[in-house]
Amino acid sequence: MTAVATSVEGFRRQAPRPARLLLHAFLALVSLGWLAPLALAVYASLRPYHETAEDGYFSLPRTLTLHYYASAWRDAELTKYFLNSLLIAVPGVVLTLFLASFVAFAITRVRLRFGVPLLVLFTAGNLLPPQIIVVPLYELFKRVPLPASMSDSLTLYDSYWGVIAIHVAFQTGFCVFVLANYMRTVPYEITEAARVDGAGVWLQYWRVILPLCRPALAALGTLEFTWMYNDFLWALVLMSTGDKMPVTSALNNLRGQFFTDYNLLAAGAVIVALPTMVVFFALQRQFIAGLTLGSSKG
Amino acid sequence: MAQYPAGQSPAPSTVGHPSRRAVLRGSTLAAGAVTLPGLLAACGGGAGGDAGDKTVSFGSNHSDPVDKAAMEASLKAYEAKSGKTVKINTVSHNDFQTNISRYLQGNPDDVFSWFAGNRMQFFAKKGLAADISDIWQGFDGFTPALKAASTGEDNKQYFVPFYYYPWAVFYRKSVWQQRGYQAPKTWDEYRALAARMKSDGLIPISLGDKDGWPAMGTFDYIDMRLNGYDFHISLMAGKEDWTGPKVKGVFDTWKSILAYTQEAPNGRTWQEAANTLVNKQAGMHTLGMFVGQQFKPEELDDLDYFPYPVIDPANGQDAVEAPIDGFMVSKKAKNLAGAKDLMKFLAGPQAEDAFLKVFPSNVACHAKADTASYNALQKKAVELVSGAKHISQFMDRDTRPDFAQTVMIPAIQQFLGNPNDVDNILRSIEAQKKTIFAAE
Amino acid sequence: MTSRDVITLSVLLGVAVFLDVALIWGPTLASVLLSFTSWDGLSPIKPIGTRNYHAIFETYPLFWPAARHNLLWLAFLGLVATPLGLLLAVLLDKQIRFTRFYQSALFLPVVLSLAIVGFISQLVFSRDYGALNSVLGRGAHPVDWLGDPHLNIWVMMVAASWRHVGYVMILYLAGLKAVDQSLKESAAIDGANEVQTFFRVTFPTLRPVNIIVLVITVIEALRAFDIVYVVNSGRNGLELLSVLVFDNIVGEASRIGFGSALAVILFVICLGFIVVYLSRILRQEDQ
Repeated sequence: MTAVATSVEGFRRQAPRPARLLLHAFLALVSLGWLAPLALAVYASLRPYHETAEDGYFSLPRTLTLHYYASAWRDAELTKYFLNSLLIAVPGVVLTLFLASFVAFAITRVRLRFGVPLLVLFTAGNLLPPQIIVVPLYELFKRVPLPASMSDSLTLYDSYWGVIAIHVAFQTGFCVFVLANYMRTVPYEITEAARVDGAGVWLQYWRVILPLCRPALAALGTLEFTWMYNDFLWALVLMSTGDKMPVTSALNNLRGQFFTDYNLLAAGAVIVALPTMVVFFALQRQFIAGLTLGSSKG
Repeated sequence: MAQYPAGQSPAPSTVGHPSRRAVLRGSTLAAGAVTLPGLLAACGGGAGGDAGDKTVSFGSNHSDPVDKAAMEASLKAYEAKSGKTVKINTVSHNDFQTNISRYLQGNPDDVFSWFAGNRMQFFAKKGLAADISDIWQGFDGFTPALKAASTGEDNKQYFVPFYYYPWAVFYRKSVWQQRGYQAPKTWDEYRALAARMKSDGLIPISLGDKDGWPAMGTFDYIDMRLNGYDFHISLMAGKEDWTGPKVKGVFDTWKSILAYTQEAPNGRTWQEAANTLVNKQAGMHTLGMFVGQQFKPEELDDLDYFPYPVIDPANGQDAVEAPIDGFMVSKKAKNLAGAKDLMKFLAGPQAEDAFLKVFPSNVACHAKADTASYNALQKKAVELVSGAKHISQFMDRDTRPDFAQTVMIPAIQQFLGNPNDVDNILRSIEAQKKTIFAAE
Repeated sequence: MTSRDVITLSVLLGVAVFLDVALIWGPTLASVLLSFTSWDGLSPIKPIGTRNYHAIFETYPLFWPAARHNLLWLAFLGLVATPLGLLLAVLLDKQIRFTRFYQSALFLPVVLSLAIVGFISQLVFSRDYGALNSVLGRGAHPVDWLGDPHLNIWVMMVAASWRHVGYVMILYLAGLKAVDQSLKESAAIDGANEVQTFFRVTFPTLRPVNIIVLVITVIEALRAFDIVYVVNSGRNGLELLSVLVFDNIVGEASRIGFGSALAVILFVICLGFIVVYLSRILRQEDQ
């Protein structure tokens, strides 16, 4: 609705035309609109609470200081909790993507008789409201013993294993679904050719299909990391030791029983958002890598 | 007693936050140095500190920086005195509360922080808390009201009270002096004062109920002043009819001050509401003593309060709403003897002194706690509570938490949004009350 | 298939299926059973038949508003946010400058934690101190964006879209990379303009992504929780089914039977969408 055909490959080095300027104006406007609330939060985190409490958040500053960032980092002991989050999210994302891509591969590439029921089982599992499984899951985890070398609580409850396991179980459904749909767009001949060359199931999966799924894996990796990293429900209901909690709940330590310095909390939340930004930027290259993939096909 | 000369506090008031952050630097230094091996040990360490009798584990909901430092100071005093080690497990205040029942059934610490009232009794009744009547016999310095607040339905003690924070009507002395306002004693005086404030261009009574609980304080006070403490507690226990004239009277009385109450309370947090008091736009604000945390430390001396006015002279002002925070021992405690020893210390004045020195927003329960360093608000609170015949714990502690959370919060917000719908609201409360309390 | 292939398949599929059944479907079934009981998590479980369901439909005043809000949420995400995400993905898929900046700006809300989203809503929408009333010049007659029960659900849906558009954009962007450029080129050479090319060539090949986005939109709408929870715990006009479940079973209130019944109702609504989706897949496989 905004532009005429200019973006076709080979024509793109033209001088900017009015339509293109219009496009940029639109995108810039939307982007700024999207950033404005966040910018406001960052702005507030640089101002003392008593100042914004007096003047409102939309006002000129009297003082600007990084003080809150220093005290959020120190008071909430974010270093410790960052590592906890990574202990949950990194294995969680890797395992989820690995299992899900294999299941998706098996469903779309291997002629399994139970392929469709399998797909339904996983996808439907992900559609469930997570709250429905909270109580039985807690009762289950409380009863599963673990050796002391794996968990100091001696049960799956209050251990990282339990939290990782539920993340993987829950998110595998979504990833299977996305990846299965994505793999359907890859021509069947590609695996067929590999099979003719004598490649087994594992090689077809690992060497042929997986590399072709890079854009989808990057998109999913970003989303899954943010979900697991930002999650608070599972850690909340399945863990009870404060020192093992992920960083999202450490942020809550900046809230008092009654009084909360919201500007301090904003500073903490900005710090906590940084790792997910890093993941996004790191994986954005993979989205762009997908470009070459698209043009090599056909 | 509203005229108490609050300005003569011997110690500079330090309830505001920034000045106390300095305390934290030392205490968090040790915790800051986290190494990778130490981290993995946290996920795969040995079977915890339950091996020796020298270690007691302590589950703390004192999570925000100042509160946490205060709790640590108190427990350090115990360690120094007893030569034992306390392993503190701090969980953020709200999460601790959300998780309490799973926590107590799972892998609880020996001692844990909790609240008095129904909330304490609930876990005592369910067998998740250990009976500490034996050590209670040796306690002194707690009033009978405090003992009652620590006692379960089976007449055994399960709780050690630590500090409390009374609710009252707060105001700024400078604003009142400038306009010549006097603290009202009766409901009529209260309304007359509010009317005067309105004509003076002030918001007479500021209110923020976005989070659902602050307005409960007003309900509790009106009910206790109008119908008496006993009725209130019985109502909270699900034993009274919400559609009856008594409860209806509470809402009608409340309605009579809504014209003087800050409009649109459901979209405003208590902090924003308190802010109107801080900024001298509002005349009065009904809240707990923690309202002081919204003030700059140097302005805190200007804050004062009067007890909620008399509605029915038969009840007078005999009840004070003063939620008590304290500690319990979990039934699954691995080191019961150590837990009780720690509880004995926490029931003494020394523990409270160490705590309140860092976090002076509350008032110690123990009679022998050091009150010399109290600020004016704290001193007044002591007077208010010691003169009270009954201490209520706040709605969400005096009734079942599920009733407070899932029924009363929506109902009060609905009332504040549309005060003319009281009959429907009360019918709905009564119907839901029956299903909830029938589940017993 | 060689026996090695069989082993590879059964081990890896076995692990995935085991996790899914043990941790998702088993507990779900258990919750369905719990919904016919009264239980506080501690005392013995007491079967009470369908009393929880009667209580929900007849006396629980929050249920119907919550169900209505969930449907409204679905309509808003589906008709406003998702198309906007698609539009932005298509625009960003062009070979334009600053595309990484635009992508990052739009994706940013997706990565934010609950704490900051709650804080931002306060910053922007607070009646007395928020930026929106200041920008609109409503200082004298402020709009109560978050407290007015007729208005706040719309505010929250806009806020939810702020994040949803980012999700949708990312997924479509990944999907668009897989669209064959040569098809677009030949359509352009045939004289189709960009809009025509999109609807004739690109959109049909996006079908797999469309299904994904459709499912995500439905999930997000039915399970919407955090944004509302962080603003006012999902009360006073912001009731949603997921919040009611949370309040009853996860929070300090332990009405597990009652909460499970609410969860089962939410589950059954989700199931409706699952069945639609399932029939689609089966049809697809028949072809």
